[in-house]
Amino acid sequence: MAANSTATSLPAPAAGFKALIALVAVGAAAALYRFAVGLGASTNLSDNVPWGLWVAVDVLSGVALAAGGFSITAAVYIFNMKKYKPIARPAILTAWIGYTVVVMGLVIDIGKPLAFWHPLVMWNYRSVMFEVVVCITLYSSVLALEFAPAFLERFKLTGLLKILKLFTFPLVIAGIVLSFLHQSSLGGFFLIMPHKVPGLWWTTNLPYMFYISAIALGLAMVSFESIVSARAFKREQELDVIKGLGRGVLITLCIYLAFKFGDLAYRGALPLLFTSGKASLFFNLELLIGVIVPIALYAMKSVRESVNGLLTAASFVIVGIILNRFNVNFFAQAGPDTHYFPSLMEILVTIGLVALMILLYRLAVTYLPVFHEPGKQH
Amino acid sequence: MATNNGKKKGVLVDLTRCIGCRGCQVACKSWNERKTGKTALEGNFTNPKQLNSDTFTRIGFIEQDKADQQPVWSFIKSQCMHCEDPACLSACPVGAFSKTEQGAVVYNFGRCIGCRYCMVACPFNIPKYEWESTSPWIRKCTFCADRLADGKVPACIKVCPTTVMFFGPLDEVKKEAEKRLKENPGKYVNHIYGKEEAGGTSWMYLSAVPFSEIGFDTRIPGKKLPDITWGMLSEIPVKVGALVVGLGLIAAFRNRGADADKSSESKQEKEK
Repeated sequence: MAANSTATSLPAPAAGFKALIALVAVGAAAALYRFAVGLGASTNLSDNVPWGLWVAVDVLSGVALAAGGFSITAAVYIFNMKKYKPIARPAILTAWIGYTVVVMGLVIDIGKPLAFWHPLVMWNYRSVMFEVVVCITLYSSVLALEFAPAFLERFKLTGLLKILKLFTFPLVIAGIVLSFLHQSSLGGFFLIMPHKVPGLWWTTNLPYMFYISAIALGLAMVSFESIVSARAFKREQELDVIKGLGRGVLITLCIYLAFKFGDLAYRGALPLLFTSGKASLFFNLELLIGVIVPIALYAMKSVRESVNGLLTAASFVIVGIILNRFNVNFFAQAGPDTHYFPSLMEILVTIGLVALMILLYRLAVTYLPVFHEPGKQH
Repeated sequence: MATNNGKKKGVLVDLTRCIGCRGCQVACKSWNERKTGKTALEGNFTNPKQLNSDTFTRIGFIEQDKADQQPVWSFIKSQCMHCEDPACLSACPVGAFSKTEQGAVVYNFGRCIGCRYCMVACPFNIPKYEWESTSPWIRKCTFCADRLADGKVPACIKVCPTTVMFFGPLDEVKKEAEKRLKENPGKYVNHIYGKEEAGGTSWMYLSAVPFSEIGFDTRIPGKKLPDITWGMLSEIPVKVGALVVGLGLIAAFRNRGADADKSSESKQEKEK
C-alpha cells in the first residue's frame, strides 16, 4: 500500500471481510434469480402490495441513510463548523456509496430493469417519482465530484484538484438543495393517496417529516460508522466529533417529535394513536424506538459521554426511522386483510446490498485518503 | 342514441339493473384477448376474487341478510373509472399514461419501467401487474379505447342484456344520473358515485344499497388527487431560489473573515 503524505491509509482488517464478500455474492445470486424468473416467482409482492421490502428499505431508507452527506457538508461549509471537517469526506463517501447501492436496488426492483434510463429522456414533470429520479441522478454526480478529491489526492493529480476546489462551494449548495428536494419528495410519493395512508402518517407535511427524520437518520449513521470504523481500524475515537453528532441527532429528533405531535394535534388526529389497531401499534413502536428512547438516551450525561452509549443511541435511531419508512410504505397499501412478509430472495438481496455498501466503504477507506489523522490539516 | 356527438364519453352503471350474468366479464376477456384460467370460488360467488392482469372487469357478488332473513344480492361491476385527472397519469415518472379524446385512460407499453407507482397511487386500486412474467406490463381496462375511437361502444356495454350501463357523452351521462335519482325517489341512495370522487370520473354508479356496504371506497376525497402532489412540485423553483439565497447568506455570515485567512495561507504557500 502506498503511503500517502496527506492522509493515513489504513490497514484492511481481515475479520469479517470474507463474510462480507460471501453476503454480497449470495445477494448477487438472488438478484440474478429475480431477473431470471421474474418478480412474481422471486418475491412476495402482489397486486395488493406492489411495493415491498426493496422500496421500503433499499430505496426509501437507503436514501435517508445517506442524508449524512449533505448534513455534514452543510455544517462544515455553510455553518463553518470546522470541527466536523475530518468526517466530511467519510460522510460524502457514505452518501455516494449509498446512492450507488440505492440505484442498484431500484434497478432490481423495477419490472423492466433494461428500461431504467427511460425517465431521463421521457419526462413527466407532474410526477413526484420523476422529480426524485432526476434529483438522485444529479445528486449522485454531485457526490462523485465532491468525493473526487480523494482519488485526485491518491493519484497526485494536483492540477485537477485545484480546479475542483474552486467548485467546492457551489457543489455543496447544489447537494443541499437537491437533497432537500428528493428527501422530502420520498414522503411526497404518498401525498397522492390521502385516503389510503392512515391518518397517523398522512399529512400535507409528510415531505417535511421525511426530510427532518432523514437528517436525524443521516447524522446517526455518520456517528455509527465513525465509531464502528474507528474500532475496526483501531483508530482513536474522535470523541469531540461524535459527541457533537449526538447533540445534532438529539436536536433534530426533538424538532421531529415536536413537529410530529404538533401536526397530529393540529389535525385533531391524536386519538388515532390508540384507535387505529395495527397502525397505531406500529406508529407508536417507530416513535418509541427511533425518537423517544434515543432522546432519553442522549439526555443522559453518562450516555452522551461514552462511545458505547452514543453507539447504542445511534442504533436506535437507525432502526426506528427505517421502521417509519417501512410503516408508511406498507400501511399506504394495506387493506384490512393485507399480509406481506418479504420472501427469502427479497431479504437476501437487501442483505447483499447492505453488505456491498460496507464492503465498498471498507475498500475506499483502505485505499483512498478518506480519514485524516486527527489534528492534521490536509 | 345520441351518444356520438360529444367527444368525451361517460358511462352510468345502474347497479339495480344488474342480474350478475357476467356477460361483460366474458366479452371483456374476449375483446382484449386476455387469458382465461382455472378458477375456484372462495367463500362467495365472486370470481375471480379481484381484478388482475387478465381480468379488466369483474362482477362482485355481495350477499346481505336483511332483517326479514331474506338474502339481498348486489352485483357490482368494477373496472377502471377513467378519472378526469387520473392519479396514475400524474404519478408515472415516464408519462406512460394518457387520456384519449374520448376520455379513456390508456397505457403506453413502450415507456413503462415497471416502478408500479401507478398501482400504489390509483385511488381505486385498478392497475394490475403481470407478476409471473419476466418482462411484465401494467394491465387495466382501456375503456375499449380502440372501439371508442371507431365510434363503437365498449365490449362490456355491448353485450349487457339488461342495459345496466348507460353510455354517452359525459355531460349527458351526468344529466341522466341526476334524472334517474330525481324521477325515482327512494329507489337509489342519494349519491352518484364517481361524480365527485377523485375529482370526477368517466364511469359513475347508482345503487339501491349504500356504497360503503358493497365494497366501494367512500373515503376517496372529492378533489383531483394530482393537485396535491402538484402543490408540492410547483413550489420547487421558489424553494430552490430561497434555499440558494438563504444558504449563501448563512455561509457568507458564518465564514466572514475566512477570506483573510485564505489570502494569508496562499501568501505562505507562495513564500514556500
